[in-house]
Amino acid sequence: MRREALLNLVLFALLPATALIALALDEPFIITLATKAAILAVAGVGLNIALGLGGLVSFGHAAFFGLGGYAMGILASHAQSYVPLMESPFLIEGTKSMLVIWCVAIVTSALAALAIGALSLRTTGVYFIMITLAFGQMLYYFAISWPAYGGEDGLSIYVRNGFPGLNTLDPIQFFAITFCVLALVLFGAGRLARSPFGLALSATRQNAVRVETVGLAPYRLRLVAFVISGAVTGLAGALFADLNRFVSPTMFSWQTSGEIMVFVILGGVGRLFGPVAGAALFILLEHVLGGLSDYWHVYLGVLLLLVVLFARGGMIGTLAGREVAHD
Amino acid sequence: MSTILLIEQVLNGLQSGVMLFLMAAGLTLIFGVMGLINLAHGSLYMIGAFAAAAVAGATGSFVLALIAALAAAAAAGALVELLVIRRLYDRDHLDQVLATFALILIFSEGTRFVFGSFPLFLDVPAALSGPITLPGGIQYPLYRLVIIAVGLAVAAGLFLLIARTRIGIQIRAGEADREMIAALGIDIGRLYTLVFALGAALAGLAGALVGAIQSVQVGMGEPVLILAFVVIVIGGIGSIKGALIGALLVGLTDTLGGVLLPVLFSSFMDASVATSVGSSLASMSIYILMAGVLLFKPTGLFGEA
Repeated sequence: MRREALLNLVLFALLPATALIALALDEPFIITLATKAAILAVAGVGLNIALGLGGLVSFGHAAFFGLGGYAMGILASHAQSYVPLMESPFLIEGTKSMLVIWCVAIVTSALAALAIGALSLRTTGVYFIMITLAFGQMLYYFAISWPAYGGEDGLSIYVRNGFPGLNTLDPIQFFAITFCVLALVLFGAGRLARSPFGLALSATRQNAVRVETVGLAPYRLRLVAFVISGAVTGLAGALFADLNRFVSPTMFSWQTSGEIMVFVILGGVGRLFGPVAGAALFILLEHVLGGLSDYWHVYLGVLLLLVVLFARGGMIGTLAGREVAHD
Repeated sequence: MSTILLIEQVLNGLQSGVMLFLMAAGLTLIFGVMGLINLAHGSLYMIGAFAAAAVAGATGSFVLALIAALAAAAAAGALVELLVIRRLYDRDHLDQVLATFALILIFSEGTRFVFGSFPLFLDVPAALSGPITLPGGIQYPLYRLVIIAVGLAVAAGLFLLIARTRIGIQIRAGEADREMIAALGIDIGRLYTLVFALGAALAGLAGALVGAIQSVQVGMGEPVLILAFVVIVIGGIGSIKGALIGALLVGLTDTLGGVLLPVLFSSFMDASVATSVGSSLASMSIYILMAGVLLFKPTGLFGEA
């Protein structure tokens, strides 16, 4: 385990190091890239709770990512137009406070995950993959055809939301916020994996029948995992929307679900730092290959294909050695 | 709402349903026989459309274009099966989803590289263009009627192939027990390549036929792919009969929902609100249908557990 722990430490230090070097060289764009990687890593850690720990292949996590994004977009757009969100039965105003927006994003996506999970977890295997995909698409088309919040064009927010004591428009300060969120989420996910709940969930992935015979309910374990996973991904969605100051139905699209899944796998599924490695690699590839060629998705595709066919533990698995199993 | 408009919409729904069946039949065969989820099926649809558009542009013949679509999609399918898919049969679904997602990226960007980002156009052949008057005085495009007929004919042919021929027997045996038919001396590797190429050819045909109505562009396959997945999940994965019924259900729900729901809502709502609520619900309707079916029959209408 020591090699992987060392690798995790290096990976964890890599993001703030990149951001600080970029700050010293006065390259704000690189800081923004590091911020994006940190946010995508949060989404990946979220998905990894369902996918890696629970073995639930959700192809619809864009639903939660998008809900988080729209929670931010809707609240902030009401705040910038000074129109209350709701007047009766009680008044709800929009807000520009990041902390409030995060709470709303987490609660909304957790509730959505509860509903989607409660229905989807009745099925297994391919049917589960497909029904989660269908729920994601449902929200995607809803966002496109619902005209109140921009419809297909999306919503622009002019000023980034505020965080007490910090200037969020300064790239390095916003990076610091997202990196702290990532650190907290990683800490929480690590604790979760080693908790009795996490162990029971892992056991459910490996053999649900045995878990049931010792008196635990696999359906409930999976549902709780799915809700936590959705909530974390929703938080990432709110941060992502804040980074771009823009939300659009693309956040709900199935390609988004696919991409989150891709970098979890690229990094190493079921490994705590897998999503961090994957998200950083994904952003690096997008930036480097995207600079080399407009057709960089071809290279991404080939790389992904090679990882799936030949390097089954992902990046961390390959670097940390095969003998270190992820559980 | 007039009856004529309604009948036209039912025909449109049938047409999209029949095309969906061509896609879904390949997907469900591949899943049934090899146990593989193929996300790249939409890319084969796109390849068929591009091959047809390129050949039609060069020769001006629609028949040659269709043949090219079938050949190109089948060849691409066979090639992909031999190079990549073959290694995925004994992997779990997650690996299959990811590897075929990677294939989508490669095919889409590769096609963009070869043909550019601008859509190509494939014209409806002159003999089939223009409307035809149906009994009852309904004007309907002849080409769309021909598509419905071709789709139904292919469906009938496929049922005959599966039910009556030696290949069909092998395919059904492969679904039931693949070790056993390998033990009986059937080259299972060749059978798999054949089934995959057959599914690919059906997708390519659908791409070419639809390409003449819509524009031929990169990314055209993915929306259809998602619909085809909805179809096979509703019908039950692995069942051709389920794919046909699911495809018609989805085609009709999608088309009629878009027309009828806004009208339905406007009977008790403000007109502009009714239009927006109706159209958002209509675009979600097939997913609601799918979720509903799965809640009552978690393995689809004709699926086996």
